[in-house]
Amino acid sequence: MGNIIQYFKSLLLSEMRKGMAVTGRHLFARKVTQQYPEDKTPISNRFRGLHALRRYSNGEERCIACKLCEAVCPALAITIESEQRADGTRRTTRYDIDLTKCIFCGFCEESCPVDSIVETHIFEYHGEERGDLYMTKEKLLAIGDKYEAQIAAARKQDAPYR
Amino acid sequence: MFEWVETIFTSLPQGVQTMTFIILKIVAITLPLMLCVAYLTYAERKIIGYMQVRLGPNRVGPKGWLQPIADAVKLMFKEIIIPTGSNKYLFLIAPVLSIGPALAAWAVIPFDDGMQLANINAGLLYVLAVTSVGVYGVIIAGWASNSKYALLGAMRSAAQIVAYEIAMGFALVGVLMAAGSLNLGDIVRAQSGSVIHWFWLPLLPLFIVYFISGVAETNRAPFDVAEGESEIVAGFHVEYSGMAFAVFFLAEYANMILIAALASIMFLGGWLSPFQGILPEAVFSVPVIGHILGDGIHWLLIKIAFFLFHFLWLRATFPRYRYDQIMRLGWKVFIPITIVWLLVIGLAILGEVGPWWNAA
Repeated sequence: MGNIIQYFKSLLLSEMRKGMAVTGRHLFARKVTQQYPEDKTPISNRFRGLHALRRYSNGEERCIACKLCEAVCPALAITIESEQRADGTRRTTRYDIDLTKCIFCGFCEESCPVDSIVETHIFEYHGEERGDLYMTKEKLLAIGDKYEAQIAAARKQDAPYR
Repeated sequence: MFEWVETIFTSLPQGVQTMTFIILKIVAITLPLMLCVAYLTYAERKIIGYMQVRLGPNRVGPKGWLQPIADAVKLMFKEIIIPTGSNKYLFLIAPVLSIGPALAAWAVIPFDDGMQLANINAGLLYVLAVTSVGVYGVIIAGWASNSKYALLGAMRSAAQIVAYEIAMGFALVGVLMAAGSLNLGDIVRAQSGSVIHWFWLPLLPLFIVYFISGVAETNRAPFDVAEGESEIVAGFHVEYSGMAFAVFFLAEYANMILIAALASIMFLGGWLSPFQGILPEAVFSVPVIGHILGDGIHWLLIKIAFFLFHFLWLRATFPRYRYDQIMRLGWKVFIPITIVWLLVIGLAILGEVGPWWNAA
């Protein structure tokens, strides 16, 4: 009996009509597409984008050349060289991040004892020629200077959970 | 102003004049058809996008209306790469072989009463014969590419097209029995009366079989194993690029429109108005409204659009059939259904069942 019912159901295309009703309904459903450049999806304060090196409010760079980030970097994207500065402190002479190697895991940021290396919310960047994605200390500090307000705000927002 | 054109034209020999008229008519059919193909791709992307709760293309031009133009320009400027191991001659002739029949079949499509390129008596037979040639394009493309994916795709699509052509042919036999003519214009005229008189009702199983076979014939989803991306990359046209690929694309969409046009002519009364027999006759003689509500090419276009929408709807809804299931559906389901229904029609015609076949 069940077979016979099934047979007539298939002849009357009942499942086909059910399936088409579903897609037919969705034809009129509200669309969820984000029109990207005009409106953007919200970004978490833990978002890991382009790197930056921060400074203290007195203008002194935070990085103390402990090289923890270099050590922890799983992609070996960070290269650091350090020297003693005239005032006796240890500072980096070279702090490079190869963004073509970087996997944006955020370990460098986690390992930093002075919150110097951070990842910003910037994800729309590009390089136009070879070497453009090889970030140097100057470039990283410049990004840090430019976006300090945003970086600080994101850190502050996340502070209770750390 | 154009007198000089007329003087030159009338001074030409008779044969040349007829030729010119025929060529003009061909252009008048082909150009809008190509435009329809272009915008069918846009409609497809838009409708499937909407069914998937996306927006579809909306960047090129207002609301994305120029998207097909951009696509066409891109394809035209791309290089046609001919694989070294391929048979160059066959490789280039294959797209032509597949678009030729898709366009040639339009010669007998009646757009309105008397509005067709060639009013031949064996119109239905011509359509069947010409559309069958299209499979050569696919087979030759697959063979000439000298690629295993292309060959597999060609084999699949050849077997599939042959299988469904039988069911399709039987469905058309039903139509010609019901109409008593092979002339497409006469088939439409046989359906005049009202919506009930159209053949979709007495031939409902054949109608459905025809449309589904049509989807399979054109290698459209869910019967698109011939190009099954996940298994054989793109099937018979993997090795094609640029304009050669675009021609295959054009052929596929022109075939879709053709199947839609044939379905509307044979089952939904072609250019006949659905208000015929419902509204009083006097309405049809009112100047403008009567023209819109009465018979005309616009009804054919609306019916074609209706079928094309279903092509896209099916594609948005169903996953691809497994190959053996396609064969099962073609040979073990559709062919028996059509044969049984041919018998039913035969009996109905013999018994003069109204309102279709009563002697009056």
